[in-house]
Amino acid sequence: MIQAGVGTILNPAKMANKHVNAVVIGAGAGGGVVAKELAVGGLTVVLFERGRWHTYDEHGDDELTSQRTFPLKCGYGPDNERNWRMTPDGKNGWTKVFPNQWSYGNNAACVGSGTVSYGAMAWRFQPVDFHLKTRYGAVSGSTLDDWPLNYDELEPYYEKAEYELGVAGDPTNDPYAPPRKNPYPMPAFSLNREGVILEKAAKRLGLHPFPIPMLRNSVPYNGRAACIHMRTCIGFACPVGAKAGTQNTVIPVALKTGNCELRINCMVSEIIVDDKGKAKGIKYFDADNKLQVQTSDLVVVSASASETARLLLNSKSKLFPNGAGNNNGWVGRNIQDHAYTGAYGLFEDEVYDDAGPGACIAINDYNHRFPDIIGGGVLCNEFIRMPYLFTSVRPSGSRMWGKEHKDFQKKNFKRHIGIHGPVQELPVFDKKVEVDPAVRDFWGIPVARISGFRHDNDIKVAHFLADKAEMWLKEAGAIYTWQAVPGKQSTPGQHQSGTCRMGNDHKTSVTNKFGQLHEIDNIFIADGSLHVNNGGYNPALTILTLGYWVGGHITENWKGTRMK
Amino acid sequence: MNQTFSRREFVRLFTAGTATVLISFNTSCKNKISKWHYLNEEEITLLDEIVEQIIPTDDFPGGKWANVSNFIDKQLNTYYRRHQLAYREGLSAFEKTVIQMKGKKFEELPFAEQTPILEKMEAGKFSGDYWKDHSAVDFFEMLRQHSLQGFYGSPLHGGNREYISYRMLGLDYPNVIGQNRYNDSSWSRYNFKSRENGK
Repeated sequence: MIQAGVGTILNPAKMANKHVNAVVIGAGAGGGVVAKELAVGGLTVVLFERGRWHTYDEHGDDELTSQRTFPLKCGYGPDNERNWRMTPDGKNGWTKVFPNQWSYGNNAACVGSGTVSYGAMAWRFQPVDFHLKTRYGAVSGSTLDDWPLNYDELEPYYEKAEYELGVAGDPTNDPYAPPRKNPYPMPAFSLNREGVILEKAAKRLGLHPFPIPMLRNSVPYNGRAACIHMRTCIGFACPVGAKAGTQNTVIPVALKTGNCELRINCMVSEIIVDDKGKAKGIKYFDADNKLQVQTSDLVVVSASASETARLLLNSKSKLFPNGAGNNNGWVGRNIQDHAYTGAYGLFEDEVYDDAGPGACIAINDYNHRFPDIIGGGVLCNEFIRMPYLFTSVRPSGSRMWGKEHKDFQKKNFKRHIGIHGPVQELPVFDKKVEVDPAVRDFWGIPVARISGFRHDNDIKVAHFLADKAEMWLKEAGAIYTWQAVPGKQSTPGQHQSGTCRMGNDHKTSVTNKFGQLHEIDNIFIADGSLHVNNGGYNPALTILTLGYWVGGHITENWKGTRMK
Repeated sequence: MNQTFSRREFVRLFTAGTATVLISFNTSCKNKISKWHYLNEEEITLLDEIVEQIIPTDDFPGGKWANVSNFIDKQLNTYYRRHQLAYREGLSAFEKTVIQMKGKKFEELPFAEQTPILEKMEAGKFSGDYWKDHSAVDFFEMLRQHSLQGFYGSPLHGGNREYISYRMLGLDYPNVIGQNRYNDSSWSRYNFKSRENGK
């Protein structure tokens, strides 16, 4: 019998994995970038991904298995067969939920993760988003705080993300655009049919409409084709690779260096922390579900806000009995998402444009500009609603089946516009990720359970923004409008963030400003978990940017086998 | 042996390798192998009527013609395996409830008499032993959701026959990769006007 322990061979048929400088867990927005930064910087890296590569061809335009509506399955992972979570059952107990249920809160599990199938909006957060506590003061019931870094520090990294992945945009008409040193690398997309209607209406209202910046090629860029405007864009892979994800930009660069190995279909179960409080590597289940060990000098976790927290909580050791870096009990706390709110309008004439992805125009007029409103958010026209998704787009009280429902579908599919925006949620300490004490997943790893409610302020802001969206639609000529405002119940999904927030105060944060755990200096976080708050914008570009920020910090300070 | 084998049950028995099964297949059961994956003919007949209520025929075909029952049956043996029992028991209880209410089977009633029954079900006004422990509202909601998925989702999964819902909505189908007529410039803000005027 081989002695079990760090670095020993658990599977005698296989050679032990070669020790590397860094293990990066999760090949999504954060992890893809970090792996590339480290590999280019000369570190040896193994990038772990629990999913696999996906192509457009295997999914086609199947709405029922897309990543936007997924009644049958989440096309881009995770799968229902091996992954589940617990969620409150409303009766003081817990109930098991699967990835294709909304209450699970899925985030794609594949090479590139959400950046394969997302809508690809490329927002920078506002400078003020990094100092919300200074701006609005302490808010009762919220752990609202300032970030330990400011926008100016992050600006060069935002730019790097925009140039390396490729963003098309034009801030000229947006007086509230965050300051930038250089223009976007690609010209903005022009407006579709509803965009033209909405632009005119917004200007009549004295608002400032501008084209949404997109991580999508408006012209050929970096060896990838320009957008061909598929109807099935959001929720799907791009057949020509016009959408920039880490899978078609930075990960191939990382692999090309020869320093980075991508290990797919591998589920990381634990970070190995020794008795002195140092990370020694990780344990993972390989593609054959065999337990393996990969040792490393450094561990970077970028598995999404919920799974990153779960992994840390599942990594118990002598000095950290409650999970890695969790002696203050803040790991998994403050999970945030976006309280999506807005309105729909019906029009006399057809406004549908079969040119994907559909979302093209935005206004920043209702973000941080009203003293009695904490936060706010951007408002955009919505991505194309595919036929099944549209079956649930109805004013409240509508018949949801039968002749009336079919008539509405037929009459209004091409005659409606949706405007919505992501309300910046206030962090709430008791909105949290824990690990379930009893329930385990397919591999035997304790599963995440997610609970808690949104802050009252989120709902207040949601009503505020929905009013504005409705007003905009009316001005655009809608003959009937209604609002779609969220409630306090939510399970953070594709925009999840905040579970390992960065901060200067060791008592109220998990990492320092560079994503390094306060308590274990060779574990870094590089994903949305770091967000102190989640901005009034889709968070992908900020997560990519934090990847450059964290990765850059590591490579600049790396010496031999450790941080200087 | 005069029971009807579903294909799955048959395969299971067949692979068990008993000669009896083989013989009985070749003789008495030959014409009784179901073309369905999970549901039986009676259940399909009832389901057809329900999906037709969810998506009725007008100037476009409805749920029955679009093979929505086929979609549901197919999913019950794949993605919706977990709902098998809910369908088996639910449809049976539904049938009994309707007979109790109307003295007839659901499918024997005219369309206009069927609708209020489903409205009652949706409103949670079903009575009977089964519905004491099982939510009629939840079962209706599942039937509704699955029907809409079958009608408006991709034909790949067995419903939406001949892309009927896409035709109804005026959407091109199938969605072709790389149609340059979707070229961005044709809808740009600069020539949008001229294009509209040219109509």
